[in-house]
Amino acid sequence: MTSTPLRTEREPRSMKRSLLTPEGVDLRLTLASAGDRAAAFLIDCLIMLASLIALSIAVGVGFGAMGKDGGELLKMIWLVGFFVLRNGYFILFELTPRAATPGKRLLGLRVIARDGGRLTGEAIVTRNAMREIEVFLPMIALFASSAAGETVDAVMGLLAVAWTGIFLLFPLFNRDRLRVGDFVAGTWVVKAPRRKLGVDLAGDAGTRLQRFNFTPAQTQAYGVKELQVLEDVLRRRDARTMKDVARRIRRKIDWLAEPHENDADFLAAYYAALRGRLEHRLLFGHRRKDKFDAA
Amino acid sequence: MKDLALKSHRFRMEREQDWRRLERLLGKAEGGRARRLSDDELLEIPVLYRACLSSLSVARATSLDANLIDYLEGLATRAYFFVYGARTNVLDRVTRFFRHDWPAAARALWRETAAAAAILLISAIVGYLLVANDPDWCGALMGGMGQGRDATATTAFLRKILYDDHGGQGLSGFATMLFVHNSQVSILAFALGFAFCLPTALLTAQNGLVLGALLALYVSRGLGLEVGGWLIIHGATELFACVLGASAGFRIGWAVMFPGARSRLDAAREAGRVAGAAMVGVVVMLLIAGILEGIGRQLIQLDLARYAIGTGMLTLWLAYFYMPRPGARR
Repeated sequence: MTSTPLRTEREPRSMKRSLLTPEGVDLRLTLASAGDRAAAFLIDCLIMLASLIALSIAVGVGFGAMGKDGGELLKMIWLVGFFVLRNGYFILFELTPRAATPGKRLLGLRVIARDGGRLTGEAIVTRNAMREIEVFLPMIALFASSAAGETVDAVMGLLAVAWTGIFLLFPLFNRDRLRVGDFVAGTWVVKAPRRKLGVDLAGDAGTRLQRFNFTPAQTQAYGVKELQVLEDVLRRRDARTMKDVARRIRRKIDWLAEPHENDADFLAAYYAALRGRLEHRLLFGHRRKDKFDAA
Repeated sequence: MKDLALKSHRFRMEREQDWRRLERLLGKAEGGRARRLSDDELLEIPVLYRACLSSLSVARATSLDANLIDYLEGLATRAYFFVYGARTNVLDRVTRFFRHDWPAAARALWRETAAAAAILLISAIVGYLLVANDPDWCGALMGGMGQGRDATATTAFLRKILYDDHGGQGLSGFATMLFVHNSQVSILAFALGFAFCLPTALLTAQNGLVLGALLALYVSRGLGLEVGGWLIIHGATELFACVLGASAGFRIGWAVMFPGARSRLDAAREAGRVAGAAMVGVVVMLLIAGILEGIGRQLIQLDLARYAIGTGMLTLWLAYFYMPRPGARR
C-alpha cells in the first residue's frame, strides 16, 4: 500500500481528497483548512503554556517546602519537564490511536499518512521536529532581540520576520495545506469529526402522514440538491424557516393546504415523498442533481 | 398495496445495529482502552468495518439521506485507521527501534554521516591551526562558550577546569542540563537541514572550530593529553550524535534540493522517514553523553580511564551501527 491510492480530484481548489481503501471504497476525505489548523495550534499552545506555568508553580512550591536539599532534583524535574513539553507534547499525542493533539481533537482533525498507509512513529517525530524551525526558532529570535534592546540591528529583525513568514505561511502556498513538517514527513491533516447519526426523516412519514398525498408531478419539482436543503431545514427545526420554506414549496407545487395544516408535517411528508421518488429514479441510474436537471 | 416505507429506510433499519456496535467498540478502543476490548471484540471490529464499508457503498448508490452518508463516511474512516493503523504495543515498537530501525537508519545515512564528520574534522583542524598560529583567535572562535578559556588564561586555571569535580555536588542536575541543551540544539540543527543543508553545515562547522580552538589552547600549554581525555569520555558519544543529527538534516535538505527521478514530495517523505528514526536515536545518544559528561567525567579523574571509556563508547557505537548482522535482514 505504498503507492498512490490517493489521488487529487479534478477541481483545483477542492479540499476533497480520495482515499481508496484496500476493499476498493473511496472514503472521500476533506483536508483541514488553514484556519482550523491555526486554531488547533493556538489551543495546543495555550495548553502547553498552562502546563508550563503549572509545572513552574509546582516546582516553586516544592522548592519552598524542601529547601536547598531538593533544589537539584527540582531543577532536573523542571528541565526535563520543559524539554518533554516542548518536544514531546505533539509527538506523544499524535502517537495515540486518534493521531491528534487535544487542539486537533477539539476541531475534529487528525494526522494521516499521505499515502493512506500506516502513520509511523518516524513520520510523527519528523513532522514535529520541524516545528523547531517553524515556530520555536523565530520565537527565540524574537525574545532574544527584544531582550537585547535597541542595539540589535534592524537587518536581523527583518530576516527573522521573513523567515517566519516563509515557514509559518507555507501551508497557504500549496494546494494540500502542507506545513513544512507535513511536507517532509509525508503526512497531512484531515477532518475526521465524530458525526452523530440523526433520525431518519423519512422513517415514519409513510405511515404517520398518509393523509398527504402528492401526485407524481408534484414530486418531480425538485432534485437532490433541494432535497438535501430540505433535510437540513427539517433537522434544524427552526419554526420561522420551516414556515417560509413550506410556503414556497406549496406555491411551487400548487398544493392546496388544508386549514390549520402543520408546516412541519407538510414538510416531512413532502420530504419523504420527494426522497422516495428521487431514490426510485436513482435505482434506475438517474441522479437528478437539482431542479434544473432534466434527468 | 403500496409499500409504505422507503427502501433506504428499511436498509437503514436492517444495518443500524451493526453501525452502532462498531461505533461503540471504536469509542472504547480510541479512548485508550484497547486493552479492555476482549479478543472477541477485537476480532469483531474488522468484520464490522467491512460491513460498514459495504453499507457506505450501498448508501451512496441508493440513499439520498445526506446525514446518513456523512455518518457512514465518518465511521468508515475512523474504522479504517483503526484497522489499518499501527496497533503494535509500545514495548514492541521500542524493541524494534533499538534492534532494527535505529541502526538501519544510521547505516542508510552513511554518506551524509561521512560528509558531516568531514565538515566537523576539517573545521576542527582549521580552528586548531588558527589558534596555534595566533592565540588571539581563541576568544573570537569560542565566544561565549569560552568561560575564561582564552589566550590570557593561566595554565593552572585551565588545568583546574579539566579536573573540576564540582565537589561532587549537583552532578545529576548538570547532566540533565547538558542533555536538554544538547538535544535541543541538535533537533534545531536537524530541522535547519530543510533550508538546503546550509545552516546545518554552518552549525557543524562552528562546533568543529570551537573544538579545534580548545584543543590548540590546551596543547600550547602542554595539556594535550589531559584535554583529550576530558573531551573523549563524553565527546565520542556527543560528537557522534551531533554528526548523526546533522546527517539526518542533510538527508532532508538534499532530498528537497535534488529529488532525482521521484517527485519532490516523495523524495522528502522518504528522507523524512529515515531522518526521523535517526533523530530519536540522536536524542538517546545525547542522554548517554549527558550522563557521561555531567557525572562520569567529574567522578573519573584518571586520564587513562577517561580514554578507555571514550574509545570504548566509540567502538560500541560503531559496532552497533555498522557491524553486519547475519540474519538481521528483514
